[in-house]
Amino acid sequence: MGGRDTDLVLLDENGIRCDGRKIDEPRRIMIKAGVLKNADGSAYIEFGDNKILAGVFGPRDVHPKHIADTDTGILRCRYHMSPFSVTERKSPAPSRREIEISKVLKEALQPAVMLEQFPRTVVDVFLEVLQADGGSRCAALDAASVALADAGIPMRDMVSSIAAGKVADTIILDVNNEEDQAGQADMPVGYMPNLEKITLVQLDGILTQDEYKKCLETAIGGCKLVYEIQKKALTDKFFSNGESA
Amino acid sequence: MDNAKRKYVIPGDVITTAPFRPEQNVILDGKKIIATVVGTSEIYDDSVRVIPLAGKYSPKVNDLIIGKVVSHSSLSWELDINSCYVGFLPAQDVFGRDFSAHADELTSKLKKGDLVVARIANSDRSRDPLLTVSDRELGKIESGELVKISPSKVPRLIGKRGTMIQTIEMATNAIITIGQNGWIVVSCENRNGLLKAIKAIRMVDKQAHIANLTDRVKLMLESSGE
Repeated sequence: MGGRDTDLVLLDENGIRCDGRKIDEPRRIMIKAGVLKNADGSAYIEFGDNKILAGVFGPRDVHPKHIADTDTGILRCRYHMSPFSVTERKSPAPSRREIEISKVLKEALQPAVMLEQFPRTVVDVFLEVLQADGGSRCAALDAASVALADAGIPMRDMVSSIAAGKVADTIILDVNNEEDQAGQADMPVGYMPNLEKITLVQLDGILTQDEYKKCLETAIGGCKLVYEIQKKALTDKFFSNGESA
Repeated sequence: MDNAKRKYVIPGDVITTAPFRPEQNVILDGKKIIATVVGTSEIYDDSVRVIPLAGKYSPKVNDLIIGKVVSHSSLSWELDINSCYVGFLPAQDVFGRDFSAHADELTSKLKKGDLVVARIANSDRSRDPLLTVSDRELGKIESGELVKISPSKVPRLIGKRGTMIQTIEMATNAIITIGQNGWIVVSCENRNGLLKAIKAIRMVDKQAHIANLTDRVKLMLESSGE
């Protein structure tokens, strides 16, 4: 963080980034819904070089029973990185970072999921990172939201997510791994596109007020792009083999 | 059916901004009526609802359901009813008023794994749904094949005034018991008929959103021949 000097040119004079993208261009995103048979709902996302599987169970009985809530359902979320998801083997035990991301993603999904319809139950969301490449929490959140919809769990809106950041004093959309390591700021944003509400904002780095505003607007614009891809994933699974009603 | 405006929706989709009455699986946000599940939206007269394409069964009083015994205590059985809650079947319902926890052994009537046709007697937010088998045609299922489909597709399997299910039963000579929770028991003397009926049910489950499904099923049942 903080703009360390490296040999890597993050942004050249033509406004092209280190991986050949323009400043407001996201990486390639592909989402597929319903990829796992045994889970109630599932999704697979490829977000640049991120590859993440999401599985959803529930609403179902809570175990251990004492954490059940008689007024509403509860949401549990586990974000986990496979040992082979990064270049150096990662210990499969949950790290400080994974525990934090699990909590943050749970809180980003909670406003969307209508758990009050299912008292005394739990909805479990499992996110398995198969390959990580910067911005995996955003990609995980996108997959989780599609998996929840695939499981038929009522939601106020989908949650779409993408990061924006600052590299070479310029605000960019969708921060990749190199930009995250050497850039000046990284801001993941979760957004409900129809309700126009934000469910997640984190910021690592320093931005001025104006930069912050621009960064948030850029990210929200990106979330709307992601939303279209999520929508397509669900439409493909549920409505592909029939004519429009 | 005909005056209903239909549309495919996913959670968050705005169905309409007109002043209609929000019903199942929609929420009202200001003036917008928003879908909360993946499914087909319907606008009838002045009400809006979404028929879900996925999700678990939500128990409603008086629904006929099929459950599987998962465990029992000394006073009741617990049944898996394909919902997020277990169905609760009191022993008195099976043994009668003079049931005694000392004298009667619950496993003598229903064992783990048995299938039961039951009706939902009571269901509210604070307790697990209460089942009853004290009626004609309710109780333990002795024979048949269990087929599981999505609960939201049960109305499609029954069809308009039962046309779909009649078509399947007539063509295969099978007896089909449909639980509102998406569990179905098919029994048939003839092996071929049984397989055909199961195939037809699976077909309805997969192609529920396609128009003219009854004709397609009829065609399938006739084509595979004797």
